Amino acid sequence: MRREDFLKHVAWTGTGIAWTLSNTGLFTAAGARAADGGISFVQISDSHLGFARPENPDVTGTLQKTIDAINAMPDQPAFVVHTGDVTHLAKSAQFDLAKQMLGTLRAPLVVLPGEHDVIGSPDNFFAAFRRGDAPNGWFSFDQGGVHFIALVNVFNFEIDGKLGAGQLDFVEQDLAAQKRSTPIVVMAHVPLYALYPTWGWTTEDGARVLAALRRFDAVTVLSGHIHQIVTHTEGNIRFASAASTAYPQPAPGTAAAPGPLQVPSDMLLRVLGYRSVELQHGTASIGDRPLQA
Amino acid sequence: MNANVNGAAPVALALALTAGASPAQLPSVATVHIRDFKFDPTPVTVHAGDRVTFVNDDDEAHTVTASDKSFDSEGLDGAGMWQHVFAKAGTYRYFCELHPYMKAIVVVLPATGAER
Repeated sequence: MRREDFLKHVAWTGTGIAWTLSNTGLFTAAGARAADGGISFVQISDSHLGFARPENPDVTGTLQKTIDAINAMPDQPAFVVHTGDVTHLAKSAQFDLAKQMLGTLRAPLVVLPGEHDVIGSPDNFFAAFRRGDAPNGWFSFDQGGVHFIALVNVFNFEIDGKLGAGQLDFVEQDLAAQKRSTPIVVMAHVPLYALYPTWGWTTEDGARVLAALRRFDAVTVLSGHIHQIVTHTEGNIRFASAASTAYPQPAPGTAAAPGPLQVPSDMLLRVLGYRSVELQHGTASIGDRPLQA
Repeated sequence: MNANVNGAAPVALALALTAGASPAQLPSVATVHIRDFKFDPTPVTVHAGDRVTFVNDDDEAHTVTASDKSFDSEGLDGAGMWQHVFAKAGTYRYFCELHPYMKAIVVVLPATGAER
């Protein structure tokens, strides 16, 4: 990454985080409170354990800082979801480290795979994180009056960002059984809409999921993959991609290619972080929290 | 893992199995660089039995994965190198499993008499 690319990106990243700051009170007390029957949870993403390039020579350290910050929240989240790319190369040793570190979270853990977690095969991912209620990787659950759907859009051999017919059928049947007024939260690694297809930042068959989501009053779609906060709204559906715990990537179209972005060392912790999400009366408030303010 | 090997290739295979991320580099007739999420050059033309070297110049990981699954580097980290011996003539389409829009071709011509 050349320096001029990086400068453009930093300007953009600053804007992205400022947006979140001004809308969610990033610097208020750390707890994500669940009052009046609401629910709060935390999203982390793209930890890339095993990455050791100059953009972040210590991804283990930045994940540990993230875990420490979440464990220090006075009001613990209902759960922590990791939206994928837990590892960099899907090696069993990288998954062992991930299990060991994420196992120290005080809150229950939900882990979805990213494409880096299934290089060659999903076997190592499943060995580490397969759930009894999700033999194929995708599943749904109800908690705190909210219906959660966890999707996997990284299993296709030659297309990144594809759900496949079986999973689409599951989503449509699952949503058909929900009331229109029930708040819906969808979680997946790759963004479900065409965020920037030129770099593969899209889900090829995501439109069918979005069509099934349109009848609901309030939908929140959380993803990772692009290592930066991008928000987007389509009618009742609010999309938000998350920061990485490992390294940032350039804003769409601002570099020759995506990939790790070098920022000055004193900037790194400001563009990495985690996200708390609070849902009350169907309204989601999203607070993105950098590892260093 | 290399599935098809010629006379010299068991050495490469053994190295690939034991040396992990940084196998010793063996002589090859062509080198494909991965830079800014592109394979360069493509297509590359070699003869049956030739070894091709793939070097990842990006800091992002990539893979060198045949569309017909006949070869696969698996995760090739930034600054990583992988080699493959193309034993049979044919046109091999390959891509990066992590970024499947990265597509490229190796054309393998029949071995020349001199090389046999």
